[in-house]
Amino acid sequence: MAENAVKERNEATAAKTVQFKIQRQDSPESSPYWETFNVPYRQNMNVISALMEIRRNPVNSEGKKTSPIQWEMNCLEEVCGACSMVINGRPRQSCTALVDQLTQPITLEPMRTFPVVRDLVVDREVMFDSLKKVKAWVPIDGTYDLGEGPRMPERKRQWAYELSKCMTCGVCLEACPNVNDKTNFIGPALISQVRLFNAHPTGAMNRDERLDALMQDGGLAECGNSQNCVVACPKGIPLTTSIAAMNRAASVYSFKRFFGSDHMVD
Amino acid sequence: MSACLSVLRGVKDFMRDSDFGLRRLHSLLGILPIGLFLTQHLIINHFATQGVEAFNRASDFMGNLPFVLWLEWIVIYIPLMFHAFFGLYIAFTAKPNTSRYGTYRNWMFFLQRITGVFLVIFIAWHIWQTRVQKAFGAEVDFDMMADIVANPLMLAFYVVGIVSATFHLANGFWSFLVTWGITQSPRSQRISTFVMMGLFLVLSVIGIRAIFAFV
Ligand code: HEM
Ligand code: SF4
Ligand code: FES
Repeated sequence: MAENAVKERNEATAAKTVQFKIQRQDSPESSPYWETFNVPYRQNMNVISALMEIRRNPVNSEGKKTSPIQWEMNCLEEVCGACSMVINGRPRQSCTALVDQLTQPITLEPMRTFPVVRDLVVDREVMFDSLKKVKAWVPIDGTYDLGEGPRMPERKRQWAYELSKCMTCGVCLEACPNVNDKTNFIGPALISQVRLFNAHPTGAMNRDERLDALMQDGGLAECGNSQNCVVACPKGIPLTTSIAAMNRAASVYSFKRFFGSDHMVD
Repeated sequence: MSACLSVLRGVKDFMRDSDFGLRRLHSLLGILPIGLFLTQHLIINHFATQGVEAFNRASDFMGNLPFVLWLEWIVIYIPLMFHAFFGLYIAFTAKPNTSRYGTYRNWMFFLQRITGVFLVIFIAWHIWQTRVQKAFGAEVDFDMMADIVANPLMLAFYVVGIVSATFHLANGFWSFLVTWGITQSPRSQRISTFVMMGLFLVLSVIGIRAIFAFV
């Protein structure tokens, strides 16, 4: 009974296809071109399963055999950020982009804010370099056991957990009009990471170093308040609140550094 | 030639190294003194609605302030030139994407830059028509403006210029509050949006009433 129903449904949908328009690029230097694919529809399919289908049978809509599309993926549950691409004009994760919810033809493009490696694969290394620049970690290494750090209030931990959900996917950088090849802006995610690590009781011991890094060329001040980042972030991270909070921290910090005494951290 | 290049490179390095400070300066100057001056300027112009006499008296008073040259350079020209040229740099290093994100804030971001670029042209023209002519010996009074806006194209140019300036100031005030970390929460930013809409309307009405008083 149930099997029959499934069979009927499969027959009903077998004839249906989903059209994909994919922007491809063969190498980092070569120029991009578009290729269209008609992929057999399956229930609940997402963009990744469609890309897998194209990989299985790399034939474009003109019936010509072509090379399979290159893309990246890892967790398949929107926690790693590897599969980010521009889908129907908006950057997002392809593993959670359900075909049923997208208008066709579904266009896929790489996030061009980053260097394109091939097809939909981009190199987000610049974000990891920026994480190093702003010291987005809690330094606890030393030559002896430093013992326990100060306790973090539970409610603060819950709040900080939301900020810690950032997966460095790069969507907010792709959405930002001020992150581009004409600026050095490190982007919203990085500013929010400074807020996260400066809020940590042990991390706060190096607060001034992170603020210093944020106040360099390409830092905090390059935000122009378009507030696209907070709209685009798949993790719902309050990026614009983080930016304004870091703006206040930087105001207070630079005021103290100029007028204040010689102790830096607080 | 190469000495020239190395000076340029030095300037560029300095600008990059002090980017944070320059941007905060740009933000501050937008309000103080430029925003304050714009408000004052529109209010003084509003005397035109009370007749030729009232306007000429007010404009005489402003034009004959003690140290007027110093005041002009320190309160207006130098801050405005810095804000304008650095503003052009900021405006042309952005890649607006309102077609991708048609949100209110993204449009404001775009309009802030469009009005800024237009204001460079408008303010340059306005200074040429008034202050520079004064330096050449012309009398700055009601008739000078009345002659200018007798041309309907000029009137339209001035109306667009005034509205661009009031918009740019009101929306700039909104982002100023974020830039200095005063409005942080989404709620405070939303309320400040409404306050700034009010400011935009009030300043625009004052400015538009003033310019039409010369027609
Ligand atoms: C009527 C004269 C002007 C006034 C009163 C004014 C005022 C302001 C204010 C208050 C801000 C907000 C600063 C902030 O975001 O913290 C601002 C931003 C800005 N102004 Fe102006 N401005 C004027 C003329 C100009 C001109 C001539 C330009 C040239 C393009 C310009 C370009 C900009 C830009 C690009 C921003 C955005 C900065 C950012 O968001 O990072 N402004 N202005
Ligand atoms: S803040 Fe959000 S959009 Fe930006 S990198 Fe992190 S998860 Fe992605
Ligand atoms: S594969 Fe990890 S977020 Fe999509």
